[in-house]
Amino acid sequence: MELAEKDQLQKLIDSFAGKDVYLHLETTNGSYASHFQEGFFNAGAFIRNIVVNYELGKVAGDSPHRIGLKLPSGWVYAQGITHYELDEHGRLLMAGLGPDGKLAVALEISETPFTY
Amino acid sequence: MEQERHVLVVFPHPDDEAFGVSGTIATYIEMGVPVTYACLTLGEMGRNLGNPPFATRETLPAIRKKELQASADAMGLTDLRMMGLRDKTVEFEDDEKMVKMIKDLIDDTNPSLIITFYPGLSVHPDHEATARAVIETVRRMDASERPKVYTIAFDNDTVNQIGHPDVHHDVSGVNEKKLGAMNAHASQTVWMMADMQKRLDAKDPDALKWLNTEHFYTYTF
Repeated sequence: MELAEKDQLQKLIDSFAGKDVYLHLETTNGSYASHFQEGFFNAGAFIRNIVVNYELGKVAGDSPHRIGLKLPSGWVYAQGITHYELDEHGRLLMAGLGPDGKLAVALEISETPFTY
Repeated sequence: MEQERHVLVVFPHPDDEAFGVSGTIATYIEMGVPVTYACLTLGEMGRNLGNPPFATRETLPAIRKKELQASADAMGLTDLRMMGLRDKTVEFEDDEKMVKMIKDLIDDTNPSLIITFYPGLSVHPDHEATARAVIETVRRMDASERPKVYTIAFDNDTVNQIGHPDVHHDVSGVNEKKLGAMNAHASQTVWMMADMQKRLDAKDPDALKWLNTEHFYTYTF
């Protein structure tokens, strides 16, 4: 993955608009957050291989970016995106990596299902 | 260390075996005891991707699978079983399915000793779910047929709740193998091991204690 470049990322987001696509969305503080820091309120969410069809996708903000996908009757968004890659399977992988190299958020879009 | 008929190690993540059990595994293997390691997931949800990143969410599983195999090779372990669950979802699997998975492993390997986490004191939800499944499976067995169960507990409240470990293994004969297992999981351990190597070189007593001894709580039913 490379550092997210807004215009390039916007073009890639546009290329999946109006198609049935598989989505991976994840936010995390890591399972050990409240082990290492007592009292830490650990929250996160994860969905994988949910099919959506967005009519409009937008990259907002300077790095780290926010990505919003407008659905016919709903929304998907992720904030904190720092890196992206169009992988060899044509999947758009986006991630928010902290300075410590740990993933905090991931948003991935693919025309084929992600592996289990 | 006591001679065993067969040792079954059950953990959810590649690298769970490395930190506090790899010396024990390698020592049993040197003693001629057959060891099976059932690793439930491939650590697919690991957060450590680097910055700049060396992996993506989608390439991490293959990397960790290779690391797991390399760790097994370093310990001399030949019976490595990857059980195909997904990282961070173990606790959401059907409880009876989990018990059946563990029961099948026990039936297949007939262990005299199982090594896993201590339920309630192992911090990560996957650790807890793995521990619960193992303990429940063994609890259901006839008392005369139950293998011993050695467990790892590292919750911050562990000593307060269950005191200190009762099983202590001298694994000083397999230093290279233990370090080999730790270094095999480079995607997870490279920073930790850079620091650890420095401490070992400086003969830091805690680091040497970590390298040379491993500790377990015998689970009582």
